Amino acid sequence: MNDTLKSLRFTLLAVVAALFVSAFIIVITDLEALGDGNFGQAFRTLGTAYWGLFKGSFGSLRAISNTITGATPLLLAGLAVSSAFKAGLFNIGATGQMLAGAMGGLWVGFTFQLPAIVHVPLALIASAAAGATFGAIPGVLKARTGAHEVITTIMLNSIASFTVLWLLKTELFKREGRDDAISKFVEESAKLPKLFGFMGKRIDLLAHYGFLVALLATFVFWWLLRKTTLGFEMQATGFNQEAARYAGMRTKSLVVISMAIAGAFAGLAGGSEVLGLYGYASATVAGDIGFDAIAVALLGRSTPIGTLVAALLFGALQAGGRQMQVDTDVPIDLIIVLRALIVMFIAAPLLVKAIFRIKGEAHAFGQTFRGWGG
Amino acid sequence: MMVVSAEQRKRARSVGFAYLVLAVICFGIFTRRAGSAGFKISETGQFSLPAQGFAWALGIVLVALAAAQLYRGLGKLSNIVLALATAAFFMSFLSWAAAGDSFSFVGMLQDTVSRSVPITLGAIGGILSERSGVINISIEGMLLAAACTSAIAASLTNLWLGTLAGILTGVALAAVLAVLSIRYKVDQVIVGFAINFFALGITSFISFRVLVPNRDTMNNLLPVMPIEIPVLSDIPFFGQIFFVQTIFVYFSFAAVALATWGLYRTKWGLRTRAIGEYPKAAGTLGVDVNKLRYRNLLLAGAVAGVGGAWWPIGIVGRFDQNITAGRGFIALAAVIFGRWHPVGALCGALVFALAEAVRLKIGNFDTGIPSEFLIMAPYVVTIIVVAGFIGASRAPKAAGQPYDDQ
Repeated sequence: MNDTLKSLRFTLLAVVAALFVSAFIIVITDLEALGDGNFGQAFRTLGTAYWGLFKGSFGSLRAISNTITGATPLLLAGLAVSSAFKAGLFNIGATGQMLAGAMGGLWVGFTFQLPAIVHVPLALIASAAAGATFGAIPGVLKARTGAHEVITTIMLNSIASFTVLWLLKTELFKREGRDDAISKFVEESAKLPKLFGFMGKRIDLLAHYGFLVALLATFVFWWLLRKTTLGFEMQATGFNQEAARYAGMRTKSLVVISMAIAGAFAGLAGGSEVLGLYGYASATVAGDIGFDAIAVALLGRSTPIGTLVAALLFGALQAGGRQMQVDTDVPIDLIIVLRALIVMFIAAPLLVKAIFRIKGEAHAFGQTFRGWGG
Repeated sequence: MMVVSAEQRKRARSVGFAYLVLAVICFGIFTRRAGSAGFKISETGQFSLPAQGFAWALGIVLVALAAAQLYRGLGKLSNIVLALATAAFFMSFLSWAAAGDSFSFVGMLQDTVSRSVPITLGAIGGILSERSGVINISIEGMLLAAACTSAIAASLTNLWLGTLAGILTGVALAAVLAVLSIRYKVDQVIVGFAINFFALGITSFISFRVLVPNRDTMNNLLPVMPIEIPVLSDIPFFGQIFFVQTIFVYFSFAAVALATWGLYRTKWGLRTRAIGEYPKAAGTLGVDVNKLRYRNLLLAGAVAGVGGAWWPIGIVGRFDQNITAGRGFIALAAVIFGRWHPVGALCGALVFALAEAVRLKIGNFDTGIPSEFLIMAPYVVTIIVVAGFIGASRAPKAAGQPYDDQ
């Protein structure tokens, strides 16, 4: 069996194992049914919940559209974490970079009156540029002073959140007649078209061209890693900074550039949410996506294709989870548990091997992060 | 002429520039509001600071300090002066924010010490594991899960068993981290994050599915009362701040003292630091590296568990979804901020807790500056401190690397 197949098998088994553990959690927390000794009821709830999970993610065109909608920002933000991992940096700052990108895209989106063919790319570029600028800050701090990016990105997330909260109340961004932190709408010409627009006016199909942007970004990430000197140097720096420096690479600049690239990906995530999904920005536009993106990158082992698959899986779980919550009284938070379990099982192939009694070599899982030192 | 190294001169310069920035803020912002600010320092007593006058005076002093630093550095006095100047700047900020009004200064500091508990204990948990060579990103998850179980257990039984449940939860999650990272050699950062996600998911899930429908029986308790330490609590001002606190605060101070003593004065500490720096050498000398890592991680989980129990049992009286709100990550920042030293981490925890307490006390005053900027100040300060004064902190060398004991 070749490596890809093997890794796919382990991923599938990890998902199955995670589904089993969550099923157990659903049943034992059904206190009402268990209190009456009604096990049948508890298991029926479980069945409805998992059926909802499937139905909501793949059961219809709308479900698939929801999966794609959820996967889009996860993929872009996931690339922000993956690309930083490749350079040996731990980017916890995708949230802040997304917010920066959202504001950049938003500003271009409502300020200019342009034909769509110019306006959309311009707004996206603004998102990427804003994200890259914000992402470069921890890079510069690390390169110049050695301040660790884990601290600085956590702090910058909070700084970005409060800055956005303030910006949204300023005259420039504020929506007329609203006192809460909510922005103007972007111009129609800046909005990303709907992915299923060819099917006529179906307002329930939310998926937008942001997904294509995300796919393109995934390709760019792959191309960067495989085909460019910069990508090679980034990975060399990530692998062994000392060795890279002795080999003549300018590791300090590479740290800044890597963080800027990561920020650009995350900025696009913010921009595509504003331009594709909402049409405006609020303080919660980034939500927990920056945090979930870390799980996506870990699950995808920081590779382009892995990040893509992980983002689709997480997008599907999110879409299905909403359906599950509607159909049963199982809260959507189960999805977070499920994601955690999947990441855990995938990271521990030996554990999966033990559970499913698989013989042979376990699929090795590379290390993502080389301590605090580098 | 003093002999100074390039490194010292560079530091003196950056401190000098920091004084200049503070002076600019003093002149530019803190002198803008007239009136006196009342600082209540006991139930009856208070002193007042004239906001403008104090800001002008401090600004001038800061310029003088900046000049001294930039010219030749203050040498040995440098750190003490920096601490005093920072404190004075903080007072100036408070008098500016509360000009024409008054607030309970002692209450704010009391609140600060109380709020530092989970951050300090989380950070101690982080230090114990990282000093022995295991990166611990999962502090947040341990705090959150412990907060949830201790709320349930304390509601159903009593506060002691509630705290015990928190401790056991912390230990259980630490055991997961330990087994997966030590035995199965899974990437420690991944396990840590998975634990965080798991804790966030499972506690939100339980909160909605179990606690909301059974609010009165399973998520309802009376938090502990402050204990006045005899004699010490009679010390004016400081007695109120440090010695009229809940048992959690005393425990957290004791934990800092014990961890410091243990790490630097005992055989256990020497071995722990050794396996975090150079496990092979320690292993060769007969230390059972992995066994010690297991033990230290479980201990770290227990300490973090007490930190989690602080929310329901120490202050709020119930569990809410995501009640920790990222405090575990702040604790992680405090670990690095404090250079993996318990006392340093305590200082970091106090800074963040102070920022929180200030926000709660001062946030309502209308200062003319958007409150968002006041709220984000501590985060900016942290970045400046970490970038300007701490720089590349030296982490335990072996943190993150599994150890093969063959």
